[in-house]
Amino acid sequence: MFYREAGQFKTTYAADMAVFPVLQDRIGIGVILVVAFVALPLFGNDFLINAVMIPFLVFSLAAIGLNILTGYTGLLSLGTGAFMGIGAYACYKLTTIFPNVNILVWVIASGCFSAAVGALFGLPSLRIKGFYLAVATLAAQFFLQWCFIRVPWLYNYNSSGAIEVPQRTLFGLPVTGATATATTRYLVVLTIVVVMTWIASNLVRGRIGRTWMAVRDMDIAAELIGIRLLQTKLSAFAVSSFYCGVAGALMVFLWYGGAESEVFDINQSFFVLFMVIIGGLGSLIGSFMGAALIFILPIILRAAPEALGLPLRAATVEHLTFITVGALIIGFLVLEPMGLARLWQVGKQKLRVWPFPY
Amino acid sequence: MDILYKVFIDPFMQMGAAPDLLVQTMWEGLVAGVLYALIALGFVLIFKASGVFNFAQGIMVVFAALTLVGLYERGIPAFVALGITIVAMYGLAFGVERLVLRPLVNQPDIILFMATFGLTYFLIGLGELVFGGEPKVMIAEQLYLPKGAIDLKILGGLVSLQKIDIAAAVIASIMVVGLGLFFQKTRIGRALRAVADSHQAALSVGISLEQIWVVVWFAAGIVALATGIMWGARSDVSFALQILALKALPVLILGGFTSIPGAIVGGVVIGVGEKLGEFYWGPLLGNGIESWLAYVIALIFLLFRPQGLFGERIIERI
Repeated sequence: MFYREAGQFKTTYAADMAVFPVLQDRIGIGVILVVAFVALPLFGNDFLINAVMIPFLVFSLAAIGLNILTGYTGLLSLGTGAFMGIGAYACYKLTTIFPNVNILVWVIASGCFSAAVGALFGLPSLRIKGFYLAVATLAAQFFLQWCFIRVPWLYNYNSSGAIEVPQRTLFGLPVTGATATATTRYLVVLTIVVVMTWIASNLVRGRIGRTWMAVRDMDIAAELIGIRLLQTKLSAFAVSSFYCGVAGALMVFLWYGGAESEVFDINQSFFVLFMVIIGGLGSLIGSFMGAALIFILPIILRAAPEALGLPLRAATVEHLTFITVGALIIGFLVLEPMGLARLWQVGKQKLRVWPFPY
Repeated sequence: MDILYKVFIDPFMQMGAAPDLLVQTMWEGLVAGVLYALIALGFVLIFKASGVFNFAQGIMVVFAALTLVGLYERGIPAFVALGITIVAMYGLAFGVERLVLRPLVNQPDIILFMATFGLTYFLIGLGELVFGGEPKVMIAEQLYLPKGAIDLKILGGLVSLQKIDIAAAVIASIMVVGLGLFFQKTRIGRALRAVADSHQAALSVGISLEQIWVVVWFAAGIVALATGIMWGARSDVSFALQILALKALPVLILGGFTSIPGAIVGGVVIGVGEKLGEFYWGPLLGNGIESWLAYVIALIFLLFRPQGLFGERIIERI
């Protein structure tokens, strides 16, 4: 009824190429941005911002990163956690060596470090494919995680072996460290995520994104029509690792406030992969939906028995959460293997033709 | 020069100086390798028949061992518990086929891979809920598994072999031979190989995919149970065993996803390589290299043979 593009005529090529060609979509995204930038910081409580929104945004960014590699280029990677770790450790080293430089510069720069390492570990992708490649990326995961433990230079010879985030300010306001308020950190994360999502959405629509998708659909055919596999696959690895690296830096600097190497273990990689698959391969909005579902679902499940007044022990609730999450993952895959993004599309299509079935 | 000496000469000098230590290290590697190979075997069975990369194999090992021990703890005699566990593994295979595989027929590999992740979570939760999360002791004695060690005098030193390890190697070989015979000689085995070659062609000659999948998951469940008993007898039965599944992955890519002998050879190569590397080259890099060495070995092999040592050659067509 309300969601209909009838009467919205495109009169320029620019309008035809817009990210959100439908007026209602533009209004929708505007409302979401206003809520995220204005309403949440004003009315949200600390728990909502600190324990729900910041992690959700960080994971969304990591999921976008992995989605570029797995969803758009078709290269399965199980090393996301380690690439996030590179970002975090690089940012930590840079800001302790050069404390006076703006922290945002280092967050972005640490993404570049991650991109370089990612491209290096992406080299085998030229020869091996599919699950073989997935196992090759596991080499990156375990090797890098070993480095985070065994190379003390990375954590400044800290006796605890952990990195602790020093205080840094932005325009006079502390954004990292113990004194930074949740709202400030949230706004910084939100800004970075919004900007990087916007960049990603343009990347995947442009020439680079199209070469990625050509390689995904069939790399030999792509090579035959003149796409260079080396550049394409490595650029996908680099861009993906860049996003993951920034997500890792944000995770440690603006969410945890300190981290050990265990944070970036294999489970983190799987966690992000879940988000990408459940959200929808090859879809940016799917990355957000997947992150929301996978991150927020366990929080709700843990709180549910108490809210319903069921007398269950904490351990039992934990086990039931595992069972439910596992069953729901299978359920979602059976229901819609293309992920939440596909459900969203189907829903929009239904709205468009409502009240008729087609 | 010093580094070169330490990398290329010194470890070999050490090996020459203490050959008994070398044999001991290799034996330990061999045993670890056999257990990796058993897990890899479960993977290969399922991958061959259904093309599913079964991440849940590791948790199936834990689940099987836990069911066995858990039932025994509730007062059921050991061999009855073993029987019930086998029935439970059949139930699992049946349930997986009905609830996971059948609705997901013809989906991309990665979707099925993710579904086995869901299965992993489900089994972790279920196992902990029913049997508790704390480590348990495997009922090795009640199952008449040998214990103690044999000391061999060779090369001017003592090499100690755990009997349980020998038993594990023997059982692994019996299992591989048994599976080989099953595949080559029986009706179901042939149907299974047909399914592995091509789902469509197998369907067209009247082979029931559903039945084959149940059989294959059940076989993988039995392999998981054997692995669980063996590994559990060496250490404890706990959810940490699940990490083993990840160790089986380099074994798999080394041997090739589709080859049963490959899984065994790969397991032994990785197991021995890992232990030797850790023992002789580990101190150079600050120890703990066991965690990633296996993957790097596999990666180096892959660069020369992208389909693994024994895998079928990958032919791509447009």
